[in-house]
Amino acid sequence: MKRVYVNEDRCLGCHLCEYYCAFANSGETDMAKTFKLNRNPVPRITVESAGDVNFAVQCRQCAAHPCVKACITGALSFNSGVIQIDDSRCVGCYTCVMSCPYGCIVIDEKNNGKTITKCELCTRNAIGEPACVSGCINQAIVFEERGEN
Amino acid sequence: MPVNFFPAQFEVLRNTDKCIGCRACERQCANEVHYFDGDYGKMFANEANCVDCQRCVCICPTGALKIRPNENAFRESANYTQQIMIENYRQAGSGGVLLSSMGTPKDYPVYWDKMLINASQVTNPPIDPLREPMETKVFLGKKPGSIRKNPDGTINTELPPHLELNVPIMFSAMSYGSISKNAHESLARAAEELGTYYNTGEGGLHKDFYQYGGNTIVQVASGRFGVFKGYLDAGAAIEIKMGQGAKPGIGGHLPGEKIREDVSKTRMIPMGTDAISPAPHHDIYSIEDLRQLIFSLKEATEYTKPVFVKIAAVHNVAAIASGIARSGADVICIDGFRGGTGAAPTRIRDNVGIPIELALASVDQRLRDEGIRNEVSIVAGGSVRSSSDAVKAFALGADAIYIGTPALLALGCHLCRSCHGGKCNWGIATQRPDLVKRLNPDVGYQRLVNLVRAWDHEIKEIMGGMGINSIEALKGNRLMLRGIGLNQKELDILGIQHAGE
Repeated sequence: MKRVYVNEDRCLGCHLCEYYCAFANSGETDMAKTFKLNRNPVPRITVESAGDVNFAVQCRQCAAHPCVKACITGALSFNSGVIQIDDSRCVGCYTCVMSCPYGCIVIDEKNNGKTITKCELCTRNAIGEPACVSGCINQAIVFEERGEN
Repeated sequence: MPVNFFPAQFEVLRNTDKCIGCRACERQCANEVHYFDGDYGKMFANEANCVDCQRCVCICPTGALKIRPNENAFRESANYTQQIMIENYRQAGSGGVLLSSMGTPKDYPVYWDKMLINASQVTNPPIDPLREPMETKVFLGKKPGSIRKNPDGTINTELPPHLELNVPIMFSAMSYGSISKNAHESLARAAEELGTYYNTGEGGLHKDFYQYGGNTIVQVASGRFGVFKGYLDAGAAIEIKMGQGAKPGIGGHLPGEKIREDVSKTRMIPMGTDAISPAPHHDIYSIEDLRQLIFSLKEATEYTKPVFVKIAAVHNVAAIASGIARSGADVICIDGFRGGTGAAPTRIRDNVGIPIELALASVDQRLRDEGIRNEVSIVAGGSVRSSSDAVKAFALGADAIYIGTPALLALGCHLCRSCHGGKCNWGIATQRPDLVKRLNPDVGYQRLVNLVRAWDHEIKEIMGGMGINSIEALKGNRLMLRGIGLNQKELDILGIQHAGE
């Protein structure tokens, strides 16, 4: 399966991926509007930085998917390589947040924290391809096949 | 606080309706122009630091930024321009020599723009390069002046060493040190893919790049940095740098801050020491001395590699080139005064040397008049900005061209002319690891390949229009050029007629 990977040696720590991600999943058509009108857009990708080292982290869509196994309502599911979230079933218990070894499950502030959200590789928004990848100014974030993990 | 004699040179215009406060501009500005003020809750700019490199403008996700020249106006005159006033203020403050980078911004005539190219009509058909073969491959090196026969009567086909170029465009010398490792890697990989050559400059060859040796021209300059037998053997050709178009008669000075571990190893000098290239080669004071160095290098590489000699275009360039052609060099590289540099004294860059167009025409003519044009190939550089400039250079007699600035543009350079500051926001003219990272060589090399391929397509189109199907047939074919708005002296030097003649 193709997955999103970050080449740490190329990541500049500009944080633009977070903004492109939040915009892509906001449902808005104008980026400035998304952030100016304070609609709490939530990025599903986070740039971790320490000193000169930066890298963006988002859901690995891992084959083990402990979040899916931990989900008490069956809101999380693993479908053709993507771990998906069904908002209507999520009760906001955050068990998945605790179980994710990468810290990639995000609390959905847009929904006042009542549900979680996560990277679904932009398969369920209007963008169609991962917005963090297309928005990365140094092509540090790539969407490619690297064998199963 | 002392009086600030001159204001910021640029204004940062931020459209607050569009700015989303992502602070990418702040994180990406090595000059620390942008900052976020928590009290006001918005972005501000310290404009005095801005060099107009356009990095922030290019990465702003909402297009909220514009940089433009400061509209504040001094009471300038045609004689004392604002620029001259600021330069004097600067020197009165620092007491130092003014430094500049890249090609001169001054308004000298660009002769490329005063020459027009011919095309075929009716009597000699143009060629469609998409349907018919079109040759842009060239060979650099000595061409035999006569047909020689072996004792058994067969023709001797042995040639002096040549370089084969799939495209008549090479990347000019930019040293590792003046540009980053990622920039060098981009150039090396692009040269390999294109079947052409890049040039190490005088900074030696990084150990990681020996693998691209077959597409590398290794330079031997006055500082002799990084020169040893392995280096000479690694390259496809050796270039002796006598001068550079942007700073003829001047050596080089790479400040100690840029001599970090890798650069120090590559240049073979201690870390943190200034790398000073003397103005002259201390062992070359005549053509005979130059001949000695040429043959030392040939001897060291067992006569397997062509030796280039690069000179700046100066007043008596034709006579100098004639001497070089007789000294055993295989290729003469002429660098015009509008060419780029990583750092040069401003007054030298803006006032010394002559344009490449005139130098090239006079060198080609002189060598032809003396019957020694076949002894050397000519490579022209120093502000060949486009494929049409290249075509005009071939028609004036160049065998191939060197591009430096266009290659940097492909890598993201916006010609802010601040290379000497070492804080290149595009990761090109810097050694700061966090900035070098910004140039992804996977992207950079592809953009270089694209640029040269695009030029190659255009060269073929222009040649096709002239009814010419190879660079060989275009070379020195000055009937294909006409001057526009040039006086008789200029036309005579260029060896072309005026439009309408």
